[in-house]
Amino acid sequence: MATIVAEGTGTPVLELEHEIPFIRKYVFSTDHKTIGIQFLFMSLFFLLVGAVLSVLIRYQLAWPGKAIPLGSALPETMAPDGIMLPEFYNSLVTMHGTFMVFFAIMPLLVGVYANYLIPLQIGAQDMAFPRLNMASFWISVPAGLLMLASFAVEGGAAGAGWTSYAPLSARPDLSGVSLGQQMWIISLVVLGLGSILGAVNYITTVINMRAPGMTWFRLPLSIWALFITAILVLLAMPVLSAAMIMLLFDQTIGTNFFLASEGGQPLLWQHLFWFFGHPEVYILILPAMGFVSEIIANGSRKPIFGYHSMVFAIIAIALLGFIVWGHHMFQSGMNPTLAMSFMISTMVIAVPSAIKVFNWMGTLWEGSIRFHVPMLFAVGFVMMFVIGGLSGIFMAATPVDIYIHDTYFIVAHIHYVLFGGSLFAIFGAIYYWFPKMFGRMINATAGKIHFALTFVFFNVTFFPMHGLGMGGMMRRIYDPQQYEHIAGMQDTNVLVTLGALGLFATGLFFLVVFFYSLFWGKKAQANPWNATTLEWQTPSPPMHGNWSEIPVVYHGPYEYSHPEMERDWLAQNERPDVVSPVAHSTADGS
Amino acid sequence: MILKRWMNGLVMVLIGSALACGGGDGGGEPAAETGGEAEPAAAAPVVDPATAATIQGMVAFEGTPQATTEIDMSDEPACAETYTEGPPMTEGVVTGNGGLANVFVYVKEGLDGGFGTPSEPVVLDQRGCRYRPHVLGVQSGQTLLIRNSDPLLHNINTQSTVNRGFNISQPQAGMESTREFSRAEVMIPVKCDVHGWMQAYLGVVDHPYYTVSDGGGSFTLASLPPGTYTLEAWHEVFGTITQEVSVGAAETAEITFAFSADMAKDAHVPLGEPLVLHAHMGFDHQGASVSDSR
Amino acid sequence: MDWTLPLNASTQGEMIDRLFWLILVITAIALVVVEIGVVWFLWRYRGREGRRARYTHGSAVAEIVWTAIPALVVIFLGVYSGRLWAQIRGQNSFPEDALTISVVATQFEWNVTYPGADRELGNGDDFTVRNRFEIPVGEPVIVRLESEDVIHSFFIPQLRVKQDAVPGMIIPIWFEATRTGEFQIACAELCGLGHYRMRARVRVRDQASYETWYQEQSAAVEAAD
Repeated sequence: MATIVAEGTGTPVLELEHEIPFIRKYVFSTDHKTIGIQFLFMSLFFLLVGAVLSVLIRYQLAWPGKAIPLGSALPETMAPDGIMLPEFYNSLVTMHGTFMVFFAIMPLLVGVYANYLIPLQIGAQDMAFPRLNMASFWISVPAGLLMLASFAVEGGAAGAGWTSYAPLSARPDLSGVSLGQQMWIISLVVLGLGSILGAVNYITTVINMRAPGMTWFRLPLSIWALFITAILVLLAMPVLSAAMIMLLFDQTIGTNFFLASEGGQPLLWQHLFWFFGHPEVYILILPAMGFVSEIIANGSRKPIFGYHSMVFAIIAIALLGFIVWGHHMFQSGMNPTLAMSFMISTMVIAVPSAIKVFNWMGTLWEGSIRFHVPMLFAVGFVMMFVIGGLSGIFMAATPVDIYIHDTYFIVAHIHYVLFGGSLFAIFGAIYYWFPKMFGRMINATAGKIHFALTFVFFNVTFFPMHGLGMGGMMRRIYDPQQYEHIAGMQDTNVLVTLGALGLFATGLFFLVVFFYSLFWGKKAQANPWNATTLEWQTPSPPMHGNWSEIPVVYHGPYEYSHPEMERDWLAQNERPDVVSPVAHSTADGS
Repeated sequence: MILKRWMNGLVMVLIGSALACGGGDGGGEPAAETGGEAEPAAAAPVVDPATAATIQGMVAFEGTPQATTEIDMSDEPACAETYTEGPPMTEGVVTGNGGLANVFVYVKEGLDGGFGTPSEPVVLDQRGCRYRPHVLGVQSGQTLLIRNSDPLLHNINTQSTVNRGFNISQPQAGMESTREFSRAEVMIPVKCDVHGWMQAYLGVVDHPYYTVSDGGGSFTLASLPPGTYTLEAWHEVFGTITQEVSVGAAETAEITFAFSADMAKDAHVPLGEPLVLHAHMGFDHQGASVSDSR
Repeated sequence: MDWTLPLNASTQGEMIDRLFWLILVITAIALVVVEIGVVWFLWRYRGREGRRARYTHGSAVAEIVWTAIPALVVIFLGVYSGRLWAQIRGQNSFPEDALTISVVATQFEWNVTYPGADRELGNGDDFTVRNRFEIPVGEPVIVRLESEDVIHSFFIPQLRVKQDAVPGMIIPIWFEATRTGEFQIACAELCGLGHYRMRARVRVRDQASYETWYQEQSAAVEAAD
């Protein structure tokens, strides 16, 4: 059995100032780790906001027109005597989607973990552009607050759906919302700027700042996913920003990009929105896939099955992701012939997703599986993502989409992908990297309870939505009982709402566990999961500048259960073949 | 041109924020006024009751009015049921005894300011999928109380151009909302988009001297200070007629507005100057009789 | 809890439903294979004392197999769906001499215009009804969809029909009802605060009853002129 050697380059790290004033250390920090943690708190806050909105939505759908408990505290323009108004319901639906997509899941995946993981996993000291990085966070915060503030203005918050289809979104005289919609636009343009700055930074960092020996095919899959995601953000986000500004001009200065009465074209908005929107879907799932790969390899104590095919699947999804946007528009009035080509590209994109699922199964196969909390969420991700992926085939088949489009089947689908998929992976990632971020462990029992409750309530909430969709219940309706074909499914709507309430309570439980662990969790070691990637080969939490010595990388990221090793993991900066008297374990975080 | 559009946009935003900050500062005077459109006379404390004048009048109508047609309310049984004495009919032109109903008559010129704001609200009710009343007036700064007496959704979409409009909903019976208009505007169309036939017209004036002609076309403006006034009569199809009238202390003047059926052809129905941000934002009147409202 | 497709009442609905159930069967098989596989692996390969994971980086054969099988399945589904799509929405699928009805959506009403005696829209003898949509059974119907203000969506669940109505566009769709009955048009695209209540009565009548209704309505129009 060989002795293990962990080697550095021998080159001392850059001199970094160590006496940092408080405000630059915790507020206007340029340290990628601090910025990642700042993003974590911000996006958890907006996740909670989005969850509160969803509970209000579900209350109305289960008990339409009944006064919301404590709802009389809401202003008369939202819910007089606690009875929700349709325009407020529309705002809730819109803002739930907006907060969850743009201010919770996207920053959780990209803002938090791209920032936190990229330098640590590639062996860099920080991001390529630390100040740009700080700017991207401090641009996101006012954007989110502006969005939140729009609830308080006259006319209420934007109510045209998170997709804000023009002309409804462009004409205050038809929506009843003017200032709220403008704030929605400005907020997302500002947020988009922050995302673009971040993306430039991530791309530059991954290309230029990898440690010696960290070749492209030695990158952890999370880095591959985040790198490709950053490219998607860079290419897709400007399209959204441009469309948003056109929409703002239509609203305020009398342009007519999307207004048919003056020669504009309403479908142009949909094309622009979904040209951004579909890559956005992959922005929201690729990093999740990366984290899950990381965690499943660790939990199975095996190298990831088919590393190269995983990488190529990510790239294929990203490329195909740009030519499938039309599948959101099969019933929009777009030329039906065009729909055929979008259907084919959409069907094809199912293949790389399937490859990833099978590779995760291949990784589990003949593993030695450990059921730590991150692993539970990662496996939960695979099981739920499969449902979300398969239900997508119904929509891809254009004839079935005629019926399924804009029903709760879609709502079920998107939540299986974004909650069962992205959010499960995010929970896994939070549990997995929490010790690294904060130097403390989250209590495993509490984590397992959190997982079990989330898994159960998630399915109680979202699985019946498939049934509602099959029954023909439309999205975004304030009162399902107005329609004969869905009035009979009210008990299902009540069941869904009960599930949602359970899910919300579980979320609150998680927040308690999270904050408790932050202050009173057990102290974490440098490498509590016996993991192989570089971030675990430095103390928890890492010092400013990350390394005492820049690491050198010798092999791929997932060398678990290497046959020449006694222990079942081999870090990326360790060599099993060199016998050296100065061999030291890097796991004790000295 | 471009600059003007920018300015329009900017002005809209400014108006919006001003209103959001609670621009209405009227209603400071606690004078005990009975208000309301039916009896606006008692509303003016500055008028000495001993000298108060009255204008009585008639809105006469000549010719064959457009036929009213039945409204198909079959998809709203809750509303249709309320019409036990014959089906609901359209309300565009209602005549009786040679007079024209639903004409908004108000003093357009000749009054000095300084009238208090009544504390009593003006009520716009939605009952049987109809606005009741069909034409009504409210003083600027006075509260308009909008009530839904139907067990179903109505929305109230005001298409004002001088004041900031609103578009709100009342999904259940018994719901009430209140709004105020800060500036005079004759007239503001009010419509319900759920029930295309539902249409009301709201006149906002700065004083209490307005009324609406009754089913026989007659109207009364009481408790006026003596003087010479320009009166305007407004009808949604036939447009406006103005007349000058003088009335002495404690006198009653008689006046007749003569509308005729053929006025419909080239009537100009003032609905305020539209804010032309987009042409479509102006009020697009469905009635075939309105040739030009812009 | 009635988690199934509602009663089908159109010819296209039969095709759509058949494809729906086919996809459901295929996806159900895939789902069961994956979920049971995952659960079984989790149990079978759970970490135990003295067991070591197999050190492997993958298998080219496995990769090819699980790329090829999903690819074949989705290509099959794509081709099959494409053929149905062409029969439902293809330019050549529209039947000749079908009854053509104009549907104009506004916030929040459906205005349905029928051709007058000449059976052609737009010659002054048309008549319009509000929130009512009456069609004969067993006869193809073309609906020309328009919108006056924002985007709405014309959805009749039992006829398996859904199409957005877009301002500035006239979008034709066609369908043929196979049974009489009373249904509803539901708006399926968020169109404002009254969206949830933008519905209309649909009556699929037998030929005789449709003809009676049609004559009554068009006679009323002529009388009004």
